[in-house]
Amino acid sequence: MARLANTVVKTFNGLKKDPLGMAGFVLVSLLLFVTVFAAWLAPYDPFEVNVHDRLSSPSAAHWLGTDQLGRDILSRVLFGGQVALKVSLVAISVSMAIGFALGMLAGFGPRWLDRILVVSFDTLRSFPTIMFALAVIALTGPSLNTVIGVIIITSIPVYARVVRTQTQALRERDFILAERAMGASTLRILRDHVLPNIAAPMLILASMDVPAVVGMEAGLSFLGLGVSPPTPSWGSILNDGYSYLRNSPWPIIAAGLPLIAVTLGFTFFGESLRDIFDPKLRGKAE
Amino acid sequence: MTEPVLQIRDLTVSYRTERGRLQALRHVSFSVPEGKIIGIVGESGCGKSTLISSIMRLFAPNAQVDDGSIVFRGQDLLGLPPDDMRALRGNAISMVFQDPMTSLNPVLDIGRQMADVQHRSGSGRAEKQARSLMMLERVGIPDPASQLGRFPHQLSGGMRQRVAIAMALMTEPSLLIADEPTTALDATLEVQIIHRLQELQRDFGCSILFVSHHLGVIAELCDEVIVMYAGEVCESGPTAEAFSNPRHPYTRKLLACDPARIPQRTRQLPVIEGSLPDLVDLPQGCIFMQRCGQSMARCATQRPLLSGVHRQAACHLQVPDP
Repeated sequence: MARLANTVVKTFNGLKKDPLGMAGFVLVSLLLFVTVFAAWLAPYDPFEVNVHDRLSSPSAAHWLGTDQLGRDILSRVLFGGQVALKVSLVAISVSMAIGFALGMLAGFGPRWLDRILVVSFDTLRSFPTIMFALAVIALTGPSLNTVIGVIIITSIPVYARVVRTQTQALRERDFILAERAMGASTLRILRDHVLPNIAAPMLILASMDVPAVVGMEAGLSFLGLGVSPPTPSWGSILNDGYSYLRNSPWPIIAAGLPLIAVTLGFTFFGESLRDIFDPKLRGKAE
Repeated sequence: MTEPVLQIRDLTVSYRTERGRLQALRHVSFSVPEGKIIGIVGESGCGKSTLISSIMRLFAPNAQVDDGSIVFRGQDLLGLPPDDMRALRGNAISMVFQDPMTSLNPVLDIGRQMADVQHRSGSGRAEKQARSLMMLERVGIPDPASQLGRFPHQLSGGMRQRVAIAMALMTEPSLLIADEPTTALDATLEVQIIHRLQELQRDFGCSILFVSHHLGVIAELCDEVIVMYAGEVCESGPTAEAFSNPRHPYTRKLLACDPARIPQRTRQLPVIEGSLPDLVDLPQGCIFMQRCGQSMARCATQRPLLSGVHRQAACHLQVPDP
């Protein structure tokens, strides 16, 4: 617990010196807050259709206007955030967990296993992500779970390769040899010594991957390959808005801004975290 | 005489390389008696590291044991199943590494690492911590309780090496292998660590295999010394006798190069002319002949064998035991 408290204090002290990182942190916290509490914050039911009040501009009743069916855009954007959050949370944590396991196996295991795993990672990576997603969705039909599955499968090799490289670098370090000389089993070395050494950089990588995953989900939903119609997603709101762009720009603005905010927020925050926890990288980035 | 803790016989280890088999160790035999400190000395590339990795059985992937046995308390380590071998490591056989800056995990605090070493003890967290504190105290770390929460980078080199020694002795091993544990430290610390090791060895009654290329440290600390050259033992015996009256020309030259033994100030330190023989393509006769200066005709054709009882040397010039 003392260590956790230390880490939090260190993070905050670092953020205080980095205004951009602080801005990212505020953006991220704000986004998390409004999406988690969307049910309480949303002024309307996101599914409530009101044909008399279609495509209206922002007003006191509808802060961000309404869409082509008269649904309140603010409410839809807030609930759309939940979809984005759910996809990125599930997809990143699952692919990270599998990526860790496979990456450490490849980095620490026998050479033949490493070869097999690396070839499989490269094979998976060689499919263009969108094409792969289209192929899978063509076979299974559009659904949010398919989107999550596709993102997991395409992200595993990315994480696994980073974990593998880090593990290989650690493998030759003296303290790992010392652990072996102390009789530690391979599992023990991986769990207690390799994992803590690579966890921090991987978490930072994960935080910087959130925008990519959110963008992916929005893109697929925009194409009608993600969430099914009444469910709001930033991508589907963009698509609805795109069709009625001549009548009202508000749906596009309302769904586009949170996408930009997610990207900026997580990127600034992730970069700031990286600088705080890995000062060696700082020089390279600038 | 009691059974030695460790008895190595005829150990021959080679590495597969692109040029052929590099014979890193050839017919190395010696034993480590109960409760003694044995020093191994030799220049870089003489096979010290290969010897240690053979005892720990932590070989490089291209290493291969061609012959010999390593008997530890009646068991041949080379024939042991991997799990049994792992059970010995860090338990009955422990090790201290050369560089304390790199041999501790940088992201775990000292307390966690010291508790981790006791993973086999089955004791609870509080017991492990108490034992860690006791060990830190015994290796001479001031205020051990406050050190447990610190990370390796917050400690000085000497402190870290003490922590490493404490970790190695935690399970009261019968054999401690020390791989140049003082080379990375400065001279004053070196003396402190050496004295501490001597003290701990007396308290714990373990045997120590002390590898170093610092002759002064070996002379100070070790009961017996084994001089290695190019993968072979060239001389062995009680340290005082071997150093005061060396029998192998290599030992003699090595001692002559020790800066501590040179009486006058000089800018030109002596060196042993020449370089190690090619371990892939070994000469037929004596391996030291090229650098010896006292070689005879038979040195070129006949390889000298290690001979003698009390003290041994592998040289045709050597005077037999009286």
